[in-house]
Amino acid sequence: MKVRYRQPLLPERAILDERDQALITLVQTGLPISARPYMDLGKKLGMGESEVIARINQLKKSKVIKRFGIVVRHHELGYRANGMTVWNIPDETVSELGSCMGQFDFVTLCYRRPRRLPDWPYNLFTMIHGLNQDDVLTNIQLLIERCGLSEIEHEVLFSTRRFKQRGAIYREINTNSKVS
Amino acid sequence: MKANANMDTQLNKRQLDSLEKHLLNDYQHGFPLVSRPYQMIAEKLGTSEDVIINSLKQLQEQGFISRVGAVFRANSIGASTLAAMVVPESELEDVAAMVSGYSEVNHNYQRDHHYNLWFVVTAEDDLALNNVLDEIEHHSGYPVMYLPMLEDYHIDLGFDLQWT
Repeated sequence: MKVRYRQPLLPERAILDERDQALITLVQTGLPISARPYMDLGKKLGMGESEVIARINQLKKSKVIKRFGIVVRHHELGYRANGMTVWNIPDETVSELGSCMGQFDFVTLCYRRPRRLPDWPYNLFTMIHGLNQDDVLTNIQLLIERCGLSEIEHEVLFSTRRFKQRGAIYREINTNSKVS
Repeated sequence: MKANANMDTQLNKRQLDSLEKHLLNDYQHGFPLVSRPYQMIAEKLGTSEDVIINSLKQLQEQGFISRVGAVFRANSIGASTLAAMVVPESELEDVAAMVSGYSEVNHNYQRDHHYNLWFVVTAEDDLALNNVLDEIEHHSGYPVMYLPMLEDYHIDLGFDLQWT
């Protein structure tokens, strides 16, 4: 089996106890839309409502949860274009320029990834949504001006077909997720 | 210039009312962590808990909302990666369907590039992730370019929807 070694800069995995893991397994597919969603979630786990809320708060604090709220589907809301824009930035300045790009609200992802030379020279990925391709290109132009990227090689990869889109599932749900 | 002109005609099934627009835009982050969150939202938006609950259920049924819940920081629990392949046009449909068939694959797009198939794989750990990538290579006969995240520069506050 070909092993794809993890890169040294990857963030540390959070240390999660059994109860956190069971909660994550359930909450990754969404909160029930009911009057007492945290209580309903807790019932499936053998946890009280206040424990569920406290644990989610803690997972937010430790940044395991990046965002907690309504996850919209851009495509259905009219944002038909998404331009994955990839940049070839010198290693010395990638953090600085990445941080600049990451603060714009039309940038929905901004990740450094490894280059795969000679096939793939790009080390920074930004996802830019827009109502259409022109809207996306206008935003990219704004990024280039504001973050000083005119000398940086880049390509825009528009999506032409969406085969699948849903939230990530890290752990398969099994019926034994109740913890004692 | 924001090209909003076609937005209403592009909406999936219907236009959204003002309450729905507020729900979709205002609660992408900072969703209330209280006993009755939908009641709290209702008070903010000047309506009843039932209206909020029904409205969210409907938005979810109609596909505007994927879920109410957590977005996890990449690689903070489990392992995930972006991956890309070069697939001949004639085989793209079949390979894409095979890739989408994995429950570990959550996004799968064709993109306008030499690397034409792009997908995200998320699994419980590195071993499970590797297995999926190996199987995809094996079944398709094409190499997978593996592009894990090294650093995240984005503070996720959701997405500011531009209503016309």
